[in-house]
Amino acid sequence: MSATEFSGIAERRIEDANLVRGVSALTRERIERVVKAVTKGEAGARLAVYHETCMRCGMCADACHYCISHDGDPTYSPVGKMEQTMWKLLRTGGKVDPDDIYGMAQIAYTECNLCRRCVHYCPVGIDTGYVMGLVRRICHRLGVVPLYIQDTAHSHSGTMNQMWVKDDEWLDSLVWQEDEARGEIPALRIPFDKEGADFLYSVIAPEPKFRTQLIYQAAVIFDQAGVDWTMPSAPGWDNSDMCMFTGDYEMMGRLKRCHFEMAQKLKVRRIVMGECGHAFRSVYDVGNRWLGWKNHPVPIVHSVEFFWELLTEGKIKLAKKFDEPVTIHDPCNIIRGRGLMDKLREVTHALCSNVVEMSPTREHNLCCCAGGGVINCGPPFKGVRLAGNKAKADQLAATGVHTVVAPCHNCHGGLEDIIHHYKLGMHTKFLGDLIYDCMEKPGAA
Amino acid sequence: MQQLYNFAVGPLTWVAWAVFLGGAAWRLGSMWALARKKDMNAVAYMDVRFAARSMARWATPFATLGWRANPAVTVATFAFHISLGLLLLFAPGHAVLWDYAFGVNVWSLPEGVADVLTVLVILLCGFFAWRRLQLPTVRFVTRPMDWLVLALVAVPCVTAFLAKQQIGDNLLLSTLHVLSGEAMLMALPFTRLSHAIFSPFTRAYMGSEFGGVRHCPDW
Repeated sequence: MSATEFSGIAERRIEDANLVRGVSALTRERIERVVKAVTKGEAGARLAVYHETCMRCGMCADACHYCISHDGDPTYSPVGKMEQTMWKLLRTGGKVDPDDIYGMAQIAYTECNLCRRCVHYCPVGIDTGYVMGLVRRICHRLGVVPLYIQDTAHSHSGTMNQMWVKDDEWLDSLVWQEDEARGEIPALRIPFDKEGADFLYSVIAPEPKFRTQLIYQAAVIFDQAGVDWTMPSAPGWDNSDMCMFTGDYEMMGRLKRCHFEMAQKLKVRRIVMGECGHAFRSVYDVGNRWLGWKNHPVPIVHSVEFFWELLTEGKIKLAKKFDEPVTIHDPCNIIRGRGLMDKLREVTHALCSNVVEMSPTREHNLCCCAGGGVINCGPPFKGVRLAGNKAKADQLAATGVHTVVAPCHNCHGGLEDIIHHYKLGMHTKFLGDLIYDCMEKPGAA
Repeated sequence: MQQLYNFAVGPLTWVAWAVFLGGAAWRLGSMWALARKKDMNAVAYMDVRFAARSMARWATPFATLGWRANPAVTVATFAFHISLGLLLLFAPGHAVLWDYAFGVNVWSLPEGVADVLTVLVILLCGFFAWRRLQLPTVRFVTRPMDWLVLALVAVPCVTAFLAKQQIGDNLLLSTLHVLSGEAMLMALPFTRLSHAIFSPFTRAYMGSEFGGVRHCPDW
């Protein structure tokens, strides 16, 4: 009848240097003050009503990949995680021990991807992602954030990008990729700061840092499609946002303002974002609200939608199709966050001759277990992701294919880890990989 | 006891209704004011069309992933709420009270149907209690408030059934029935029973976000 038979987070605590350091500086008084500042000062009716109307029916347990992967362990269910964190904080008025905050931080940052799959299971309409986000906000204000993701947040505040990329390194990366691509397409340019271009292309900082070939591929695709595009040379080029996930909303606001203002300064018609899910969530759904903008000062288009445009308008012509069977992974932030499931399928079917759907699929697809900043919490919590997404491994294996199309960076990282750990013999591809591989390149040398 | 019964069906009824209506109005009004003050980044996206679409979908059994994944809960939830609603409004005994209190002639359920629905609600309360005791995913998150609201619904039904079937002291059971029913009415705005007044808004909001911003079904 009580929680005592399930110790929950207490029995699976993981050592993280910054969680230990942060908790050691806490007092009960400070915790209570911060909890009240967030739950009463920042949050309002939405949180209060969710807390009151959650009927504790447990229906959401079937939704969560962590819970499914742990054989229905109730401490991993969405409501179980809210119970151990926000519901407990509200019930006690924030009168909890520093040690409790450690467990709450571990749950909120590493055992919930904010993927919102549970939305499809809750009759009342509780938004677990919102609630867990507020738990993170409290942890951020208490200084109790996992080390690795906190480092990326520091990078954002120090450099306005996620990966400590210096301004000259950013330009060097673009010029380097332009130089490489000119070996294939001699007339190709990556246009910097072109005022009045049709669109600004923004990417996440991990692209110049360690997936630089994606910039090469994008440049080839855009160049050969004959579109009018530009990339910014100054900060504002990175659309990623780990601050949104640590709970550092002030910094999130700075990042999004910088990104939008760069687009406005260049007088582009719209922003096209690379194949990233969390960045899209930040720019399209979260950051704008923090800044008080109901809509976006510059329209936002995700790559999936843009590729769909290029293909349906005939700007890209295909020389061949990808013949191996593929399956489609639906990234939460662009499917449950933007409804791109149909366009994703149209593009994939245009590129691939044999598409095998996962089950469940589309907006009901299971999460990659990397998003929501979980993979960014780093090596200490890698095992949490692997054990917490056996369900995804089973789902992938059941397709019987060897290639997974996943138009999201975090999904790639998470799925590759799962594929390797469970020895699935699969690999992941971006749509950009497939388009670059299959398209006609009339400008090629 | 007779005096207590008379008091319960007389003045206390008015108190119960006043507390219920006043409490519900106050809770809704103050929550709305709070939402206007703190949650405009959510309220701004409310959309009647998408709200109605989501509410209609979730009001249809097995029309959502959650309902389909939990067939027993789905049947129980719909049967429970529909039966309880019918009994609250149209139980034969309640029809007398509608007439007595407000002078309105309300259609009432046939006796046999009301009896069946009463038993059904009692059994479903038992089902929900069984889930809270036996299913780890429910037991882990069950708190005293959940038992309280279950009792607030079960007690009026059990006492109504016993009184109707002439089992035990009829006057005592009738009095307990009226008192516990009034307790349920008064508790509604202030306990988890408040989902009756708040859940239309949480559902409407989720429908609005998923329809208007995320362009994705929320079912």
